[in-house]
This record gives sequence, C-alpha cells and structure tokens, in this order.
Amino acid sequence: MSAATLTPAPRTSTVPKAAEAARKPLPMVRHSLALAKRSLIKTWRTPEALIDVTLQPAIFLVIFVYIFGGAVAGDTTSYLQFLLPGILAQTIAQGAIAIGVNLNTDLTKGIFDRFRSLPIPRSAPLLGAVLGDVVRYVIVVVSTMSIGYLMGFRIETNLAAAVAGCVLAILFALCLSWVSVFVGMKVRTSGAVQGIMFLLIMPLSFASNVFVPTATLPGWMQGFVTVNPLTHLVGAMRALFIGGAENPMGNHLVWTLAWCVGLVAVFMPLALRAYRKKI
Amino acid sequence: MSTDLVIEAEGLVKHFGETKALQGVDLAVRRGTVLGVLGPNGAGKTTAVRILSTLLVPDAGSATIAGFDVVKQSQQVRQSIGLTGQYASVDEDLTGRQNLVLFGTLLELGRTGAKARAAELLDWFDLADAADRPAKTYSGGMRRRLDLAASLVGRPDVIFLDEPTTGLDPAKREDMWDVVRSLVTDGSTVLLTTQYLEEADALADEITVIDHGRVIAHDTPEGLKRVVGGQTLEVRPADLARMEETATILGQVSTGVSGAAEVRKGLLAVPVADDTAMTATVSRLAAAGIAVTELSLHLPSLDEVFFKLTGRTASDEDANPTTEVAA
Repeated sequence: MSAATLTPAPRTSTVPKAAEAARKPLPMVRHSLALAKRSLIKTWRTPEALIDVTLQPAIFLVIFVYIFGGAVAGDTTSYLQFLLPGILAQTIAQGAIAIGVNLNTDLTKGIFDRFRSLPIPRSAPLLGAVLGDVVRYVIVVVSTMSIGYLMGFRIETNLAAAVAGCVLAILFALCLSWVSVFVGMKVRTSGAVQGIMFLLIMPLSFASNVFVPTATLPGWMQGFVTVNPLTHLVGAMRALFIGGAENPMGNHLVWTLAWCVGLVAVFMPLALRAYRKKI
Repeated sequence: MSTDLVIEAEGLVKHFGETKALQGVDLAVRRGTVLGVLGPNGAGKTTAVRILSTLLVPDAGSATIAGFDVVKQSQQVRQSIGLTGQYASVDEDLTGRQNLVLFGTLLELGRTGAKARAAELLDWFDLADAADRPAKTYSGGMRRRLDLAASLVGRPDVIFLDEPTTGLDPAKREDMWDVVRSLVTDGSTVLLTTQYLEEADALADEITVIDHGRVIAHDTPEGLKRVVGGQTLEVRPADLARMEETATILGQVSTGVSGAAEVRKGLLAVPVADDTAMTATVSRLAAAGIAVTELSLHLPSLDEVFFKLTGRTASDEDANPTTEVAA
C-alpha cells in the first residue's frame, strides 16, 4: 500500500500558465500530429491488435494460392503473381475497420472529455486518430509483401513503381477509414461498427478482380465490379507491381484517386459532424 | 462585487429528451474560493459541470468563466479551466508521464515546458516512481491522482472537480481533500460536486444544494448545518440495563431540546455542538463506569439533509426522477 502523503502545491511553478502561453500557428496540424503520436504509442504498446492485419493476409495467401491457384490460373506461381496485389488491397481495406471500432469505444471513455475541455480544435482528436493509423497500414504492406516474397512473389516492374503501388494502397485505406469513422460515430456499439463495415467491405473484396479476372464473372456482376473502387485499386497495383500488356494501367489510377477524393469529400464532413454531435 | 465572481451561471436549463437535467440553475463562485455543489445522483450536478466546462451547450440560460461566455467564447474558457470527472479521463495505454506531456503539448506549453510541468506534477502527486508505467497498471487512487494532475497541467485558474472522491477509501479521500485545499492556497477557484455533506463541509466556503435540476439551498456550511442540524453523537452502551443513565449523560452534553433518543435498538443519538462534546461524553461515561461498544460523531447524511430541506428523502426521489419532476 502506498499511503501517499501529498505535499502542498509548489507555489512557484517553472512553467507558465497555459492561458498565458503564446498561441502558435497551424493549431489543427500540430495538435492532430501530437494526437497521432498518441495512437502510435498505443499501437506500439498493444501489438496483439495487429494480429488481424498481419496474420490474415498470410492465411488468405496460403489458402487461395495452394487450394484454388491450380484451378484458377493453372499453376500456383502465376496465381500468386495475380493474387498478391488483390490480397494486399483487401487486407488494407479491412484494416480501415479498426479505427471506427476503436473510436466507438474511445468516445465513451473520459479521455475524449479531456480533449474537448482543452483549447484545441474540436476535430483534432479525430484527425489525429486517422493519421495515427498510417502505421497500421504500413505494417499491413510490409507483412503482406514479405509473406508474398517468401512464397515466391516477385515485382516485375521496378522498385519506384512498387513503392508507388504501396503508397496508393495506404492512401486509399486512409480515405476509406473516414467511412469507418462515420459508422463508428453513428452506431451505438463497437460490435455493430465491426458488423456493418464487414458487410460493406466483404462484397467490395469478392465482387471485384481481387480473386479472379473480371472477364470470368457474369455480365450483371461485371457492372458492379467495374465501378468497385477495390477493382480499380487492384488494377492500378497490378500495373505498378507486375505491368506488361496483361496489366495495363488504363484509367485505374484516375478512378482510384477519384474514389479517394469522393470518399473523403463525402464521409469526412459527415464523420466530423457526427463526432461534434455525439460528444 | 460581481467582478469578483469567477464562475457565474444564470438560469441554466438542459433537457435530454424527457429528462429535465437542469431547470434553471444559478451558481456563483468568488475568486479563490471553493463552491461545493451537493446533490444526489441524477440531481444535475454533472450536467452543470459539463456546461460550465464547455462540454455541453445549455438549452437556456448563460454562464461565464473568468468573464468569458462558455458558449460564445469557449476557446478562451478552455484556456483557463481544468476538469476532473468522476472517472479517470486519461489514456490508459499511455504512461503517466506520456499523458501529462501530451496534455502539456496540447496546451501550448512547448516541448520543454510540457516535460517540466509533467515532472513537477508527477513529483507533487507522488507518482514519480510509476511515471513510466502505463496508466492501466495504476491503482484506483493513483489513477485519480493522475487524473487530477492532468487537469492541472495548464495551471488553470478555475478547476472543476466532479465527485473527486467517489469510490475512494477514507484515507485516500482525505489525501484528495488536502490536494483541494492546497489548490485554493495556490489561488485557484474550485467548483466541487459531491454527494457527501461531510466533504462539502470540509472543503467548501459555500454550498449549493441541488435536486432535480433546481437549487434548493445555498449557504455557508455553518448556515446549512444550522438548518439541517449539526453533528450527531451516537453511543451504544455495552449493558442495555444502563440505557437510561447513558441517556441522562448525553442529555447534559447535548445542544438539542429533545435530549437523547434511541434511534435503533440499543443505540442512543443526540445532537451536539462540536467535536468537544465527544471528549466530554467519554470522560463522563468513564466516571460513571459505563462501558460502550460504539461511540461515533457524524454530520447528517445526504438523505437527512434532503429530508430537512424538502421533507422527502433523496433516495425516494431518485427512484423515479421523471415522474417526480412532472408532478
């Protein structure tokens, strides 16, 4: 037992009062980054929260390559080349679910009251959480690429193009995470956030070119597949990772970026509004 | 005179659907003093604190902190307040130090300033040894201290303490009281909510009693105790045969007109003026050779306060607040 005897407040603190501190420029950027650092520390301290985004791509790659690879692509090696960009896109999209779930539980804790009683922009904690999640996406990319490499996946273009493909995937996940944040603000329990986001992302991953070429799907489904943002992301990533005549860039990059802009333009304001209302 | 008021609220109203949390509450706290807001669960204490600390916007009425309007000038208000809620509002995954440095950074203290202030507070709150452990490993008392430290990072002029000792054991409660007292010596103005008259009496310069979103009394602790009755001395003689003798002795130390009464089987209670009655009683009982199994001195409970002020008990009303409000 620590029977604490508290000494009286030091009369002269070496630190000035916050009310007298000089206001510095760009409060939104600085405070969001300070709060993003908080997310980084949390990720670092609870590595078990990363199991979904590290183990799942490994399991999916093994199952799909060795079980379906022969049937779909004739041999497992060429199917791995086809599948890996898709699995990376699918996993990183699913990685965006976590932020909505986490924020949903976080909001009910006192820490958000504390943030809101501080003289910082009201949305900074939300922005910080989204930015802090970048590290999760980087981990998804590194782990999926490493597992793929061990299984025999090879980049057929060049390093710069491959890095661009990874950055595009991370960018897409950051934009998609605003949907997750919005759902996290609107729904009552974190379990419901998980469920709704899974229902959204599941059809996006399967009704796409992730597992099979679009041309093999029935006509009515191709309509959905060709507007599906994951199809365009995967198309762009295949062009950047593999390239060649079989994987043309076409308008995949433009569509992916357009989806990114659209998701942020619609869901970021909605999420921020729901956040201000909720708390 | 009014310039001396650091916290000023007028006619605060807040409804949550059918629940009328506040129905026109006025509060006023002078610079460098402690206001105790006393009331049962669901009385509207927390709602009032959340409005004053800019977390909620009132449906009607207005409030200023250090002259700044809590709705229209919320950023200025946030620069001069510190808030400690009923539950620990720190990040459990971060260490004590990381929490305090984060809040210091957000309060524009700068990297060195935030670090220095964190070290100062950790030292002061006896958390230096646990500073670099995640807050989730802290005990209940340590968490409360970290939470209070977190609300003091910006050296705020106005501090809101929402039931700071609820759930703490008596020893930890007294530690917390010492901290509150030292804050006032340091020049801060404190608004403290509590369910215990004892706590309000120990810390507050003035007490506002609220019930169902309305102020039902406002006075100094002395004034309030005059209305609701002061301390009660309870004695349980070991030998039931000596009840009468004991009652006579108690009658001699009592301030009341009614004398000692048997409040429960074998337990005598009598109103007394102050702590000295205890010593007098002990020596008289000893002189008469009466052994006792119980001897205690206490202030009226919240229930008794409410019974005196409203003629009803707080817990009765608490059971069904909305119908009571509507009635």
